[in-house]
Amino acid sequence: MGSFLQQLLNGIVLGSMYALIALGYTMVYGVLRLINFAHGDVYMFGAFMGYYLSRYIRGSGEGSYLYALFIMFGSMVLSAALGIFIERYAYRPGRSGAKLALAFWLGILGAVLGRFVSASMISILVGTLIGGLVGYFLEKYFIRTIPRASRLALLILAIGVSMFLENGGQLVFGADPKFFPQIVSAKQLNIGGLSLNNQQITVFVMAVILMILLNAIVNYTKTGKAMRAAAFNLDAAKLMGINTDRIIAATFALGSALAAAAGILVSLNYPKIDPLMGIMPGLKAFVAAVLGGIGNIPGAMLGGFIIGIAEVMVVGYLESTYRDAIAFSILILILLLKPAGIMGKGLVEKV
Amino acid sequence: MKTRFMLCLLIIFCVLISISCKKQESEIVIGEYGSLTGTTATFGISTRNGVDLAIDEVNQSGGLLGKKVRVIVEDDQGKPEEAQTVVTKLINKDRVVAVLGEVASSRSLAAAPVCQSNRIPMITPSSTNPKVTQIGDFIFRVCFIDPFQGFVMAKFASQTLKMKNVAILRDIKNDYSVGLADVFVENFKKMGGNIVTDQSYSEGDTDFSAQLTSIQSANPEAIFVPGYYTEAGLIARQARKLGFTIPLMGGDGWDSPKLWEIGGEALNDCYYSNHYSVDDPSPAIQKFVADYKKRYNQVPDALAALGYDAARILFHALRTAGTTEATKVRDVIAQTKGFAGVTGSITIDSNRNAVKPAVVLRVKNGKLEYVETVKP
Repeated sequence: MGSFLQQLLNGIVLGSMYALIALGYTMVYGVLRLINFAHGDVYMFGAFMGYYLSRYIRGSGEGSYLYALFIMFGSMVLSAALGIFIERYAYRPGRSGAKLALAFWLGILGAVLGRFVSASMISILVGTLIGGLVGYFLEKYFIRTIPRASRLALLILAIGVSMFLENGGQLVFGADPKFFPQIVSAKQLNIGGLSLNNQQITVFVMAVILMILLNAIVNYTKTGKAMRAAAFNLDAAKLMGINTDRIIAATFALGSALAAAAGILVSLNYPKIDPLMGIMPGLKAFVAAVLGGIGNIPGAMLGGFIIGIAEVMVVGYLESTYRDAIAFSILILILLLKPAGIMGKGLVEKV
Repeated sequence: MKTRFMLCLLIIFCVLISISCKKQESEIVIGEYGSLTGTTATFGISTRNGVDLAIDEVNQSGGLLGKKVRVIVEDDQGKPEEAQTVVTKLINKDRVVAVLGEVASSRSLAAAPVCQSNRIPMITPSSTNPKVTQIGDFIFRVCFIDPFQGFVMAKFASQTLKMKNVAILRDIKNDYSVGLADVFVENFKKMGGNIVTDQSYSEGDTDFSAQLTSIQSANPEAIFVPGYYTEAGLIARQARKLGFTIPLMGGDGWDSPKLWEIGGEALNDCYYSNHYSVDDPSPAIQKFVADYKKRYNQVPDALAALGYDAARILFHALRTAGTTEATKVRDVIAQTKGFAGVTGSITIDSNRNAVKPAVVLRVKNGKLEYVETVKP
């Protein structure tokens, strides 16, 4: 019995991580109706920013909460800037129906960067050529046939941005895993035979605090009101004098800052960071957001905890190889049984 | 637009062809593949450093067969499928006379069939899974094999540490880890021990809390984690977070300059089996350690030493054969007897494996302490 409770606790700690990432997914979707596939990679970016910030400030040594907060805040600001940048130079031209050849340029860039990792001039040339060709045909026969600025086109763009960040990360940060410094020194706690540690509590508490903050911003501030209006109907909001471009940028900034916070907090507990670390957690957090009801903030939290607990239970009592399968099985189930998610409202999609 | 595009294509192809047609007559080219990036990056880097050291030595003493030796190193990023690709490239495009690599058995198993079917000798410095050399008569190794390593750790746990109950935590997708775990279980049971639980993870995982909790409730005296250093370090760290005080044990996959950085104090009083100890007073080892330190500013791990030995055995074979003809070189490697390597005396047996002793090391405050040597 003791071990079951301990497993539940492990699941909640893992779930906090998914919940944190899922918050950003859900928020951007709520406003834009866009699954921001690059979100997991922004989370990676945030973790790396935290890593470099902490190295820059103190090298190595004992951490403290104040110091950790400072690092987290710094990383959140930098990642928010990245979010605004992505929105401004990729999604916005995409939204306004600017020629989606941009996706094709990203494809080329991605190919170049990807080949850089095992660098030789020839492979870069060949990679660029192939990437360019693929991008060219995609654009000509596929993207161009989609109505401009449609959601599908944006989704393809998001995947392009995600690949750009992953390969760019490998180029800039290096493909090797790095190990996150202990910015909060670990203290072991024993509560009635259960092992806990202050880092795990920190992650959980911060997840809840961020959720409450986010809820407050969306529901009780002017910007939040504008966000909800934009989510309800973008064109109508524009007509009412809301600067929708700015609101969407703000949404991205907020979502990316949340992803960065997740990156820092998760790295406290699981200290290995690498440029591809965002892929799996990103996907699972997306499942968590869908499970809770996409666009619904408390739902994202709930979904995250369910996925985390399910994963730990499967590994603890069945097979460790089912670890990734369980999240996606849950996704299939929820789509079959209640596509709107647990807390989602059955929205009628306006076509 | 179209014609210009075609022109570009044409130019690129011409460049490609001209590069691949250049044949080097003035030097002996050997190939090496390893994980220079990824979760086992230090494996590839250490091995490469060891090989480079051996090449510099041989070139400074006038080269081989009147030619200079050059090595072409390819990064397989720690992926078996990539290993197969780069070795194919080394053999078909670079025309290497022999191939050195890999550290990880799963990668060696992927690339060895390519060497075998092209009839190019391959010497793996440190793949310990028995299946590697069974691929064919062109595949050799200069390290001991897992049945021996598993026996060493089982014997150490049961006779030196006097343990009765041990838990296993294996990397289920890794040939090396599974092989080592199986042999350990078999031998430990033979010696009257008891395996309380056998859990698994996959390389790349970061969360091990579920497995560790299951292990905790089984109450073992130690955990045997035959995996690679990245996960071993993370597992140790998480085990301490869950309140474990028992030692962890592992195999030579733990051996990395990064192990301590990842696991830190969580690794204190953990044990692993290895190919050699840096503290060994023998002059050959001390000379190698000093040379390596001077050049790379780092203490050589066992993988560097094995890379060095693998390269030297190959040079010895080339020199003895007096030719770079693959079949003749292969025959000479197969007859290696009592070669004085840094990692001990190397004799290649009829299964193309090296028969050698192993050492057990204890991790202590970032240093490795020598505990004991076990002979085959």
